[in-house]
Amino acid sequence: MSAHANLVVERWTRESRVALAVAALAAVLLALGPLWLGANSVDRLTTLFIYVILAVMWNALVGYCGLVSIGQQAFFGLGAYFAVRLADSGVSVYPSLFLAAFIVGALSLPLSALMLRLKGGEFAIGMWVVSELCHLLVNLDTLINGETGTSLIALNAYPTDLRRALTYWCAFAAMAGLLAVVFFLLRGPTGSAIQAIRDNEQAAESIGVRVTRAKRTVFVLAAFGAALAGALWVATAVTFQPKTYFSPQWTAYMIFMALVGGLGTFEGAILGAVVFFAIEAWFGAAGVWYLVGLGAAALVFALALPRGIWGWVEDKTALRLLPVGYRVHFLAERNAAPTAPSEKNAT
Amino acid sequence: MIFVNQIIQGVLLGGYYALIACGLSFMFSVMRIINLAHGSLAILAAYALFVLADRYDVSPFLGLVVVVPAMALVGAGLQRAVLERSARGGLLVPVLSTFGLSIVIDNLLFEQFGADTRSLAPYIGDLSYDSWSLTDDIAIGKLAALTMATAIVLLGGIQLFLNHTQLGRMIRATAEDADTVGLVGVNARRVNALATAIAMATVAISGAFLAMRATFDPYAGALQLIFAFEAAVIGGAGSLWGTLFGGIVLGVAQSLGASVSPQGFFLAGHGIFLVALFLRLYFGDFGLRLRRFARRAA
Repeated sequence: MSAHANLVVERWTRESRVALAVAALAAVLLALGPLWLGANSVDRLTTLFIYVILAVMWNALVGYCGLVSIGQQAFFGLGAYFAVRLADSGVSVYPSLFLAAFIVGALSLPLSALMLRLKGGEFAIGMWVVSELCHLLVNLDTLINGETGTSLIALNAYPTDLRRALTYWCAFAAMAGLLAVVFFLLRGPTGSAIQAIRDNEQAAESIGVRVTRAKRTVFVLAAFGAALAGALWVATAVTFQPKTYFSPQWTAYMIFMALVGGLGTFEGAILGAVVFFAIEAWFGAAGVWYLVGLGAAALVFALALPRGIWGWVEDKTALRLLPVGYRVHFLAERNAAPTAPSEKNAT
Repeated sequence: MIFVNQIIQGVLLGGYYALIACGLSFMFSVMRIINLAHGSLAILAAYALFVLADRYDVSPFLGLVVVVPAMALVGAGLQRAVLERSARGGLLVPVLSTFGLSIVIDNLLFEQFGADTRSLAPYIGDLSYDSWSLTDDIAIGKLAALTMATAIVLLGGIQLFLNHTQLGRMIRATAEDADTVGLVGVNARRVNALATAIAMATVAISGAFLAMRATFDPYAGALQLIFAFEAAVIGGAGSLWGTLFGGIVLGVAQSLGASVSPQGFFLAGHGIFLVALFLRLYFGDFGLRLRRFARRAA
């Protein structure tokens, strides 16, 4: 860019520095949550953290990498299963949540060799088949008692209040850690690589992007994240019924959160999780109509507003709170009103 | 001898899978779209036939006279309202929008009909259980044979239609290059709407056979989509005769799996799919090779 003296490449803006400070402050307040919040709020926030993990992981896979999967419930279910399995074989219950996610992440590596050769809809449904297969295989374990399921009984060793706080902290740490990993991954060379792949795989390959490696990184990370979410979910719900965990409904939630919040925007996935959390709290009791609404919202957003609420806000206001891309400005424009700057998601 | 029977039953079951996969494979070959609402739409057709049979005493076969054109109209509308807009958004959007649509259809059906499982078997008389006995161990169900015959006629008919009619050539040309066909006076939008209508007509027929041979409920669509997809991929996506082959492979695998263990039915089905996928991805299109081999041998 130095060839053009009047061009500046910007990564951080003033708003984004403020946003980061606010996010850091919120993180500190949330980290101390169990000390100043009521039991109900702690439980609700734990759920929200898990939704944020699911949304951000799915968004990384789909919005940035262009891999739509209808089978992320495979990893969600496996994460929960391995947590139960490990806890049953004597591993301390909270470490087993994280250990389970690492096991699933490791398992997703060989799987990626097969699945990442598929494209578009074939990848999407192929992953769904994988999840059905995982469900059947988990049912073969006698510990699970088939569809009857089992419970994470090891949690009984902790008094209720301590258990609530520990689960909260685990969920918070998982969310914060994964958000940081995704943020820095997307800002770094891998982020540029995967967005180039999403936009045009052949072109990306021709300029030297290592397509397979970049896709595999995100695939494994998304599997790890979904597994951690599943393990945390079983820690909050206590019961493990394979049918509930391996349900494509989880993917439907992820699609809703990422689409409504903003596919391919970092802030959007978080916003989507908050929106979904609020909608579930208000309309969840409406049962079937609530699900019809979720499906219809996904349909409408996919057709009319594919970059979601946050994508729309970004397009209108050029606001970037947690910027993962690059922005190129003419120097003269820099201090003027930020109307439609040319945005480059760098390659 | 027991395995001979398992294989025969598996082949017949494959007829149903070929039938349900037919529309999916056709749409993929023509429009490069995998419709995730495919299974849900088959269940929608099944409920339409159920309502006709239950409330108005219309036999399911007669009901198809109404339901097939109705589903074709649904298909044309689907193309105009959803798929056409989606396809412009790249590879991602059709998957997301049709998945959203399937959630809407499933839950609306649940809202309307509740969780009860239904079947059309009571409305087709002795066809649902009649069979021809070949030996003491082996019997061929009349309905299963009819399903297989329908699958062959439908797949063959679509193949002939695509290869030998003006309209079929227009559909294939649009599939190749939708912009260029406009230059020679083909209305690509209308052709795609027609292709989706044909696909949905086959979905209505497969929904009917599903409902006659088994039970269904509002959420049964997901599994039908998976079976259809597995059959289409095993046979080599986009090839109609390959789809029949794929359906039969899937059916035989499930049938043999079921004779080994209770979970074997689904495990063997998904397993054979992954094996076929592995072979295709690492050793090329198996179905294609087999067809070439058959052609050379003939």
